Amino acid sequence: MDLPMKWLSEYVDLDTTTQDFIDKITLSGSKVESVRTLAKDITNVVTGKVLEIEKHPDADKLVVTKVDIGKDEPLQIVTGAPNLYVGAVVPVALVGATVYHGAGLEKIKKGKLRGIESNGMMCSIEELGFTTNDYPEAPDYGIYIFKDEVPLGADVKKLLEMEDDIVEFEITSNRPDCFSIVGLAREAAATYRKPFKYPDIRVEEKGDENTADMIDVEIQNPELCPRYIARAVKNVKIGPSPLWLRHRLTASGVRPINNIVDITNYVMLEMGQPMHAFDIDTIDEHKIIVRNAKEGEKITTLDGQERDLDPSMLVISDCNKAVAIAGVMGGENSMITEGARAILFESANFNGPSVRITAKKVGLRTDASAKYEKGLDPNLPLDAVNRAVQLVEMLGCGEVCKGMVDCYPNKREGWSVEYSTESINALLGTKLSQQEMIDLFKLVEVKADGKTALIPTFRPDLVSEADLAEEIARFYGYDNIETTLAAGTPTVGKKSHSQIVEDKVIDTMLSLGISEAKCFSFESPKVFDKLNIPADSPLRNTVTISNPLGEDFSIMRTVTLNGMLNSLSTNYNRRNESAHLFEIGKVYTPKALPLTELPDEIRMITIGMYGNIDFYGIKGITEELFTVLGVRERIAYSPKSDISFMHPGRLADISLDGESIGYVGEIHPSVAAAYNIGAKPYVAVIDFEKLAENATFDREYKALPKYPAVARDIALLVKENVIVKDIEDIIKAKGGKLLESIQLFDVFRGKQIPEGYKSVAYSISFRAEDRTLTDDEVSRPVKKILEELEEKLDAQLRG
Amino acid sequence: MKEKLAQIRDKAIQKLNEAADLKTLEDLRVQFLGKKGELTGILKGMGALSKEERPVIGQLANEVRADIEGKLEAMKTALAAKAQEAKLKAETIDVTMPGKVTELGHKHPMTQVIDNIKNIFIGMGYEIAEGPEVETAYYNFEALNIPKDHPARDEQDTFYINGMGDFLLRTQTSPMQVRVMENKKPPIRIIAPGRVYRADEVDATHSPIFHQLEGLVIDKGITMGDLKGALAEFAKGLFGEDTKVRFRPHHFPFTEPSAEMDASCFACGGKGCRVCKDSGWIEVLGCGMVHPKVLEMCGIDPKVYSGFAFGMGLERVAMQKYAISDLRLLFENDTRFLKQF
Repeated sequence: MDLPMKWLSEYVDLDTTTQDFIDKITLSGSKVESVRTLAKDITNVVTGKVLEIEKHPDADKLVVTKVDIGKDEPLQIVTGAPNLYVGAVVPVALVGATVYHGAGLEKIKKGKLRGIESNGMMCSIEELGFTTNDYPEAPDYGIYIFKDEVPLGADVKKLLEMEDDIVEFEITSNRPDCFSIVGLAREAAATYRKPFKYPDIRVEEKGDENTADMIDVEIQNPELCPRYIARAVKNVKIGPSPLWLRHRLTASGVRPINNIVDITNYVMLEMGQPMHAFDIDTIDEHKIIVRNAKEGEKITTLDGQERDLDPSMLVISDCNKAVAIAGVMGGENSMITEGARAILFESANFNGPSVRITAKKVGLRTDASAKYEKGLDPNLPLDAVNRAVQLVEMLGCGEVCKGMVDCYPNKREGWSVEYSTESINALLGTKLSQQEMIDLFKLVEVKADGKTALIPTFRPDLVSEADLAEEIARFYGYDNIETTLAAGTPTVGKKSHSQIVEDKVIDTMLSLGISEAKCFSFESPKVFDKLNIPADSPLRNTVTISNPLGEDFSIMRTVTLNGMLNSLSTNYNRRNESAHLFEIGKVYTPKALPLTELPDEIRMITIGMYGNIDFYGIKGITEELFTVLGVRERIAYSPKSDISFMHPGRLADISLDGESIGYVGEIHPSVAAAYNIGAKPYVAVIDFEKLAENATFDREYKALPKYPAVARDIALLVKENVIVKDIEDIIKAKGGKLLESIQLFDVFRGKQIPEGYKSVAYSISFRAEDRTLTDDEVSRPVKKILEELEEKLDAQLRG
Repeated sequence: MKEKLAQIRDKAIQKLNEAADLKTLEDLRVQFLGKKGELTGILKGMGALSKEERPVIGQLANEVRADIEGKLEAMKTALAAKAQEAKLKAETIDVTMPGKVTELGHKHPMTQVIDNIKNIFIGMGYEIAEGPEVETAYYNFEALNIPKDHPARDEQDTFYINGMGDFLLRTQTSPMQVRVMENKKPPIRIIAPGRVYRADEVDATHSPIFHQLEGLVIDKGITMGDLKGALAEFAKGLFGEDTKVRFRPHHFPFTEPSAEMDASCFACGGKGCRVCKDSGWIEVLGCGMVHPKVLEMCGIDPKVYSGFAFGMGLERVAMQKYAISDLRLLFENDTRFLKQF
């Protein structure tokens, strides 16, 4: 919403600077988005004194003048202005100046008028972008002439204080009344405690006919159209609006069209009430019907586009056809044209949500619909229509007929809201007296008596005591409310167990050199093919977005790998030597499709790495993590080959107490290729929730050993397909109570080892708490271990 | 004999002084003090001395031995020091060469911002609440006093699941207010950070996925002054002790009165700069007193309890704090970006 400061001054005399206004109005609740300065476009216009006036040899209506602009040589300017005289001091647009001329802003060029050279242009007040309202001393027609003594060659813009500031506001949806100059003026007046001057609306009604004799109005759906006023104007003279009106429109960002349309736009800006004008002769049988559109009905709107309508939409129609989409845009079939004889002003109230939905459906959000959708005051159309016809009379562009047709089946009255001074004070933390509050209410035209507040109908947002409290706070000043720290009941700030675990996971990853990533939670369904996920996999059952920003963002992820692989790919293709990343992020698993309840949202730890890493490197990272979280002893890794996007020979299932909680391994080379990653990517995916449930930070100190450990090294010859887990399981099972630790220290293939075999070497450590072990005590379990290894795994002790 | 002893001493000390390494010292020790050494040799003639001379010469011999031993030790120490010095010199390295370390990983800037805010509020007695991102229309809208026809419910802003039905991706963290109030009796002090979703095309300043943080305080006798106090403290914690705040009236359907809070620009201190677009202020959060209707819907009696709520976008904080110019960087995970934090 654009507010020209000079227009504002018609309704309230603030007597302050624009900056001060912005600061204060911001703090009383109207949010300023930006400011721009008007007349910035007017350049190079200086004062000049007419020295000579001579008739143009070849043109009756033109004169040739010499003008002193304070330079050595006077300028020769040809003009048609009627009010010039020798000695007059006037604004002169020099060659290169910009002023409003003809259709709009124009750059003045050196030129010849009927053969005589002219080096500039003398300007009327309108050509400088202003009106006789702003400068009453200016002639209605002709060049502006300075009354007072002014220096020659001086900047006219400065001399006449022409610059205006346009303040742009962001109006919140609860304040439809502020979508108007008048509404903002009311706020400004309240903010500054100055009197607010509502427009003085008077209509003479010179037309001889009654509107009621010219037009009928029928509202078929009063729910969507609470009020419809029609007012007729005869003998209209369609033409351009005067410059002052055009300038006000352009200052507010509205393009002038013709006087009648401009009037409707002017009233919309000033009063906040959208209006429409129909050519009365295009309305069949002169009957306006407000009804729902018919199935399959179409209308061509003013912008020349054909629009499909449906029965949820409200239209203005005559007996045969729709002539406008209610509150959105008029139809081409009823638009005002040059030849219009009589017109009909519509000033109506439509249901906000209905206009919003209609505008959205037809894909046409107009200035009018933007206002209607907020929900306007049904008492506003009366003043608005009268304001419009008052302007018709002011501009002399038609004869206003007597009376109007006003369909307003259920008049909306102001309502009252109960309040108490004490409870408003209690909510705000203020100590205002009853009278102080009553006075603050008065500022916003709310009549209050200490118990009841009577709300004007233009404030639909005021319906409860809390709303009233906000009005008090706004004009008492949010900044004046004393700052306190809630005493209340003390609470202890803390993190939950899983939040602490999450922090610990992050800390551990960071200390292992892995950086934190964040990936999108939605992705493309094509991801499943890219990851080779089978067509019947439950992973393909996704929470699907009905209105996504395109297919690439259409499903909530059920696997985290795509985001991680994309991140690795980004790094790889930007030639980063390595990337070690982790993410703690959710997957979204529906319980049923379509959704009947909220899906499971499970946080996953996803580690992804390439460069300077191998399988055992990433496995070690997971082991370290499990150690930190106190579950290392409960974790087992076992070979696995059934994840389609993983390398089948380099993949381990991770289980906790026998329940799988994730996996670690190398990405399948064809998947790595699909993601354009030239290095071998390694990943680990672990269910955070299951991990967090089991994680513990409880630790119990075990006394440091007093007696030495006895270690035995054994080297075993086993077949290639024997995995160390099986060996270790046997060592643990047969090691007895004294077994302290086992350490794999060598795996060897080659010389002395037969083809298809490998040598695996362990250091097995035994210790007793209360004594130094004898050789015999150690030999017995080692013997058992070796026997079992031989029996189960065909393992031979190497000499 | 006295002379001989003196000669041995002088000779030994002179030779010791000339010794250049530990081996020479050892040879000299053997030569003078060894079992077959010169001093021992002399002392073998002690038997021939008179009774009176014997103790005198004996004492002298001991003195000579002590002198030589002393010198020997001193030379040993000196030579060892010299040898060590030479060794250390040989071990000199170029200390300006780079250090060796396993580089630490880097915490995502968003997480750093969230951690920072969490710590401030935990210090003020708040707990951290978590909740679902796939939400129902009831929690995301209805219970927050956003009725069915409100513009905020426009399909344009909200991602829906199952058509325009009951399920959607939460557009704000505010549903957490409702979830907490339904499950917890006052006093309530919580913050709830998390992901939210809105249908904005991806560009430098927009992302369909971003982070918000919600805060809620419910207790008896909570006032707007308390809201101002708590959030002013928060702003100081986040932006520095000298930070000033201002509250501007605003509109949110689920708070009344509502406000937006600006903080004095942390970059220029309020003088006006690029960060604050010359205004001296940066917009930090939206807040307000919890709407009585919201309290009622959550089963909390607005006549007994009152409270305040606040919500803020976190990407903007991170972008301002770290001068990040493009939002897309936050989800790209380029390690050259992440390593800067």
